[in-house]
Amino acid sequence: MTPTLTAAPVLSAPLVVGVAIAYLAALFAVAAFADRRARQGRSVIGSAWIYALSLAVYCTAWTYFGSVGRAATTGVWFLPIYLGPMLAMVLAWVVVRKMVRIAHSYRITSIADFIAARYGKSPLVAAVVTLITVVGIVPYIALQLKAVSSGFAVLTGPAGAAGGAGAAWWQDGTLLVALALAVFTILFGTRHLDSAERHEGMVAAVAAESLVKLAAFLAVGAFVTWGVFDGMADIWARAQTLPGLHDLMRLGGAEGSASFGYAQWFSLTLLSMLSVVLLPRQFQMMVVECVDERHIRRAAWVFPAYLLAINIFVLPLALGGMVLFGAGSASQAETFVLTLPLSQGQTGLALFAFVGGLSAATGMLIVETIAVSTMVCNDLVMPTLLRLGAFRAQAGGDLTGLLLAIRRAAIVGVLLLGYLYFQVAGEAYALVSIGLISFAAVAQFAPALFGGMYWRGATRLGALGGLLGGFLVWAWTLMLPSVAKSGWIGDAFLTHGPFGIAALAPERLFGLAALDNLSHSLFWSLLANVSLYVGLSLWRAPSGREASQALLFVDVFARGRSAADPIFWRGRARPDALMALARRLIGPEAAAQIFAAHAHTAGVADPTADARLVDAVERRIAGAVGAASARVLVAAVAEEEPLGTADVMEILDEASQLRVYARALEEKSRSLEAASAELSDANAQLRTLDELKDDFMSSVTHELRTPLTAIRALSELMVDAPDMEEAQREEFLRIIVAESERLSRLVDQVLDMAKIESGHAEWHAVDVDLAAVVRDAVTATRALAQARGAEIELAAPSTVPPLKADPDRLTQVVLNLISNAAKFVPATGGRIAVQVSADADGVEVRVADNGPGVPDEDRDTIFEKFRQGGDALTRPPGTGLGLPISRRIVDHFGGTMWLEQRQGSGACFAFRLPYRPKKMEETP
Amino acid sequence: MTTAASPSRDGPAHPKVLIADDEPNIVVSLEFMMKREGFEVLVARDGVKALDAIRREHPRLVLLDATMPGMSGFDVCEAVRADAAVSGTCIVMLTAKGRETDMARGVGAGADAYVTKPFSTRDLVQKVKEMLARDSAA
Repeated sequence: MTPTLTAAPVLSAPLVVGVAIAYLAALFAVAAFADRRARQGRSVIGSAWIYALSLAVYCTAWTYFGSVGRAATTGVWFLPIYLGPMLAMVLAWVVVRKMVRIAHSYRITSIADFIAARYGKSPLVAAVVTLITVVGIVPYIALQLKAVSSGFAVLTGPAGAAGGAGAAWWQDGTLLVALALAVFTILFGTRHLDSAERHEGMVAAVAAESLVKLAAFLAVGAFVTWGVFDGMADIWARAQTLPGLHDLMRLGGAEGSASFGYAQWFSLTLLSMLSVVLLPRQFQMMVVECVDERHIRRAAWVFPAYLLAINIFVLPLALGGMVLFGAGSASQAETFVLTLPLSQGQTGLALFAFVGGLSAATGMLIVETIAVSTMVCNDLVMPTLLRLGAFRAQAGGDLTGLLLAIRRAAIVGVLLLGYLYFQVAGEAYALVSIGLISFAAVAQFAPALFGGMYWRGATRLGALGGLLGGFLVWAWTLMLPSVAKSGWIGDAFLTHGPFGIAALAPERLFGLAALDNLSHSLFWSLLANVSLYVGLSLWRAPSGREASQALLFVDVFARGRSAADPIFWRGRARPDALMALARRLIGPEAAAQIFAAHAHTAGVADPTADARLVDAVERRIAGAVGAASARVLVAAVAEEEPLGTADVMEILDEASQLRVYARALEEKSRSLEAASAELSDANAQLRTLDELKDDFMSSVTHELRTPLTAIRALSELMVDAPDMEEAQREEFLRIIVAESERLSRLVDQVLDMAKIESGHAEWHAVDVDLAAVVRDAVTATRALAQARGAEIELAAPSTVPPLKADPDRLTQVVLNLISNAAKFVPATGGRIAVQVSADADGVEVRVADNGPGVPDEDRDTIFEKFRQGGDALTRPPGTGLGLPISRRIVDHFGGTMWLEQRQGSGACFAFRLPYRPKKMEETP
Repeated sequence: MTTAASPSRDGPAHPKVLIADDEPNIVVSLEFMMKREGFEVLVARDGVKALDAIRREHPRLVLLDATMPGMSGFDVCEAVRADAAVSGTCIVMLTAKGRETDMARGVGAGADAYVTKPFSTRDLVQKVKEMLARDSAA
């Protein structure tokens, strides 16, 4: 029941190598695809999912193999490494978003660049950060190499290869792995220089890798939990019987102490919290490669969820391995992910697990070395070359090739250093311990970086002091002991202190022995770091450039990329010199782009044009060579005036005034726009009114001219013919009188209409009995109707409830309706029926006749002005204004007037007035 | 009606004139004027009837009101010009609308003259006579 590791089946080396190479080739294809799409402008990484997955580069081979190992030896101690990042992501929206905004605003490409730019673009700060990174990250790189090569050994050779006959060969194999990865990384990250800004292919490949390693780890975990054992409960139950395993499940101190290890939990959680942002690869993915700040929001829960998922099976794997292989196998637990499937004869699954581990390792190595090589190139090599005057010697030459060469060399160099460390210290320490050394190194960036983002008073001197102090303490208390423990240097100083001074013993500094060595180192290094940082910052005031950069960083959200942003630069620069510089570093096309954009936004008269152009060029160059080197290069081609703190304040003041002006101007232009819109609305309204008036005038003119024509023509004819027959003359005179009457009636009604329409009509609202009004009107028109042979029939109650209205106007309406009806009744037997009825809401009046009725085609227009019904020949003279005026009067008192749809012959006009109108019409 | 192949060949002594207007009192005055000048007078009360009369009676000249119910004077004018049998008819457009756009419309429709109401009876008679004389000479 307890198969030994040596019994595991073995895969052939060429097969494993072939699969690894095929996998890397597939990754490369993903990257090439993403790069091609990016060049076409159809980016594949513009998704919050890809961003979140790319953050999972945090999970390296250390996670993949080391977590199980740590769980097997120390129980739940693997957890803080993942709790930290989860906590950190809670703050991501506040902190990481600010970092992303700063990095994008000032084209920052690495963590060294970020910190150096904050402290006055200091090359020295950049160099220190880079050195700390290189020294701190080398063990971590060694760890990945170790993971890949030992995984390879487990799959292909007898277990415990380190002690076997093939050991020498496999150590050379590690070198081969390092070199192969160097080539691969060079292909990935440094094919062209614009990659200094974004590596879309790399991001896509890393996201793919994150999926692969998660899938592989889950596959192995599921296989062991449900394939080998009978679920988690089964593993748990069987693990209880193992001696010593019980202790692992307690949250006690690591070295068997029974109390809860508060200090260690705290320091591990803090460390991982910091490293998820500060590790060069994390900074690269989280800040530099972030394409959209909004992605951070989703990553804040997807990334922790990923960490949770990849940790689910850590304990089952550790316990299951120990149950299967015996408690003594804990020291080999780091390869459980491979050996467990192998022991069950699942070579395919083991190979998949190896690919997952390879994925984790290569992802980390690629991103880490690209990030570190950028830092080495921009912050160590370039400044040195600048100092040596190397660029002036070959002035005018294109430097992009040189930059690429430096980066490639840096990649090879970093990987070889990792290999070297692997050779020196790799066998002595477990994977997890190696990783923590690196974590503690990058933790030294925290005060300078986070302090710089929120504390304006922090200075370059403080940052330098803090970084160096923290780093030295770290090296003494953590790095050196790790080297010493590997036996490469004597370890006597560990126990007795240097030169026998016990107080300086690296792991018990000043006698502090209560902490484990990691917490101990973290405590002292961060104490030294923060004290020096704060103390030195307070000691001396910042220089002008430091103060200006502090403002740009701390207040990054307060400033958009508007023309009113302050430019902290004074001096004179020749545009052609700037152009030449830009061309050498970023190529002619991109250089021309800067100048075109500048010419577009800045007018010739802009007094700050010089400074703005210089700033644009410097920011752009910073993307290629880093902020510090860019500063030196620009300073070399421009005549600059030194910038004092007072100058900074002055520039800031000018900028804020400018912004006030800009805002006022914007406001004014907005209100002008609104006014102009109002005016144009009013104009359109006037034009419509004008057209209406024009139409009305045209109609009125027409109506006036018609009777005038008859009057004039007949009068002239009578004047010209004095001998006209008497009968003829009489007829003519009768027509003239009738047309004159029509004319004056028309004039009256036009004036009436105009008054009503313009709102100048006088309205008297008194209590009116509509039945009485109608009765009077019928009496008044009875004679007229009889003259046309028509009878009026009135059906009305003696009285109806009173309305508020003008009785004269209502009389006008009723008279108009009755006289209209009288015009259309047949010559004999004409009948006009007038009816009044009251209900709860109002009074209705109907006037019906037995004439020809209103033709269907006229129904819709009967209430329009100058629309007269009937045939002109038979129609009695009218003006075409009676109905429109009547309707407006009814409207005015809140009522309605309409033409009733009737069966049979005759027209029926009706109107209704409410007792309580909803609203009096103000104007018609 | 069958005696003349075309309206212009009617005897100059009693040329046939059509009055097309929907205002009865204006028709009275026009009819009196034309008869006094010795023309043979026809009357139409709307556009459709006017077009019928023109096609049937081939008047030498039409006094055509622009705004009539049914078919406007402009439409009648266009229809006459488009009809080869009567396209040579002289048309005098009478209108109570004095806007330039209305004038343009009348000329566009192909009227020979455009007279605004109210008109001078003497001028109108003069114009009609001249037109008939020119028409006969042609």
